[in-house]
Amino acid sequence: MADLSVKMAGVPFKNPIIPASGTFGFGREYTDYYPVSVLGGMSLKGTTLHQRAGNPPPRIAETPSGMLNSVGLQNPGIDAFLAHELPLIANEDTVKIANVAGSTVEDCEEIARKLEGTAIDMIELNISCPNVKQGGVAFGVDPKMAGAVTRAVRENTTKPLMVKLSPNVTDITEIARAVEAEGADAVSLINTLLGMRIDINTRRPILKNNTGGMSGPAVFPIALRMVWQVANAVKIPVSGMGGVSTWKDAVEMMMAGATTVQIGAALFQNPMAPVEIIEGMNAWLDEQGIQSVSEIIGSVRPW
Amino acid sequence: MLQNEKLEKYLIVKKEMLAKSCVRLTIRCPEIAKKASAGQFAHVRANGFMLRRPISISEIDKEEGTIRLVFEVRGEGTAVIAELRAGDTIDMLAPLGNGFTLEKGKKVVLLGGGIGTPPMLEVAKFYGADATVITGFRSASAVILQDDFKKTGANVVLCTDDGTAGEHGFVTAPLARVLEEGNVDLVCACGPNGMLKGVVSLAKEHGVSCEVSLEERMGCGVGACLVCACKSVKNGEEYYARVCKDGPVFNAEEVML
Repeated sequence: MADLSVKMAGVPFKNPIIPASGTFGFGREYTDYYPVSVLGGMSLKGTTLHQRAGNPPPRIAETPSGMLNSVGLQNPGIDAFLAHELPLIANEDTVKIANVAGSTVEDCEEIARKLEGTAIDMIELNISCPNVKQGGVAFGVDPKMAGAVTRAVRENTTKPLMVKLSPNVTDITEIARAVEAEGADAVSLINTLLGMRIDINTRRPILKNNTGGMSGPAVFPIALRMVWQVANAVKIPVSGMGGVSTWKDAVEMMMAGATTVQIGAALFQNPMAPVEIIEGMNAWLDEQGIQSVSEIIGSVRPW
Repeated sequence: MLQNEKLEKYLIVKKEMLAKSCVRLTIRCPEIAKKASAGQFAHVRANGFMLRRPISISEIDKEEGTIRLVFEVRGEGTAVIAELRAGDTIDMLAPLGNGFTLEKGKKVVLLGGGIGTPPMLEVAKFYGADATVITGFRSASAVILQDDFKKTGANVVLCTDDGTAGEHGFVTAPLARVLEEGNVDLVCACGPNGMLKGVVSLAKEHGVSCEVSLEERMGCGVGACLVCACKSVKNGEEYYARVCKDGPVFNAEEVML
């Protein structure tokens, strides 16, 4: 059994695998399949200051080797999360990551303050949701805005701070460097790529929101490339995600420079995906005679 | 370690065509059959596709350890599932969601519209002679499951939109007659939205409680991703409920169709 533990932003993870925000609820929906304690961590559903209804349905569409979603950050708000959701998972032996999504800088600051002193181990600041009109990706496509919101949250939290980046930009490394400069302890990437599908019979977009965020195996090579670029551009650790569905994908992500790997859309096809990835990775490390998974982080040998 | 019976692949023991593009699969899955209840669904993998397809459970045989799924080929995903044959295995998560109220002694009216008809069969088996089953289809060629419904002992009424079989018209006409006669405790329905609206408003008019089974494009199937939203009301406040986890069967008072 190889040592699967990694450390990211000072936080110890028993293994590098984390279900991604928006695909794992608040950590209770998959407990019929496995206890969350087998996971390195879990990134909880994006939470805003006030409750959000989300977008009208349909909110999902199939794409070749992938999917689009336009949930629109439906969530009960930070107070309801702290009162009704967090207590149910507070004692779980896994890294609990709160995904913070504000429509304004002040909202993000206030959510961060409310998370102080709670069982949350780490904040993932979401500046990259493509499905909301305010905040979200509006923060994530401009280095100045990304830096400003990162600084604002940094000043209001003692918890390790990870910033989740949007791929819908010309140069993702520029945003990564901006948030690093303003105090981010880690970056996670990629959020979904903006996409669209049309029903040719009705001439209507399938998503009621017209556009949505694309994820799934189809985006994996793009995500991998961006993780590699960002890992080479910043000194802080990277949490890699985007289309990871097998243990081999996860190994590629880590070789590209990811310290942890998040699993999203793959859960919809196979709820056991995170567990199978952990087991597959472990077997491969043993077979290769690699003592610790951390040895493979950033180990790609580029031409 | 950590294997779960929910994720095994299950053997298809029988495949039948009930109408053009309408398939019935009988699947051996004792653990699922043991837990399943009328109105719940299976989230079925379509090979080569990213997203699973939710299909309601039509029948449950706990002794035989089988369930039956009836579905219509609607698109590429269901076409792939329809290619499966007896002897093949099927990858499904089940049973998922909440089913219909099953309380002995209640007098019920069960309504099914088109491919919304199959889940009503297991409900009809429970209520037997205490049920009136009203099903509606586009035309005679689309009619399914009538003999199965008759075998349950229920009073069975058939309607078609074009009058080629049974009564000419929608299921709401016979429903109105049955409700007028009184002595109905519960109305349960599954079908297109237009039909459900008509059913819900008639039930409300007669002060009879009503349950509806809804359909929406789904992601995870277990309540985690919030994709299959349906507008609902709780304590006067509107919100989006999850069809997969809070439903697919809802009290009609809670949902806004």
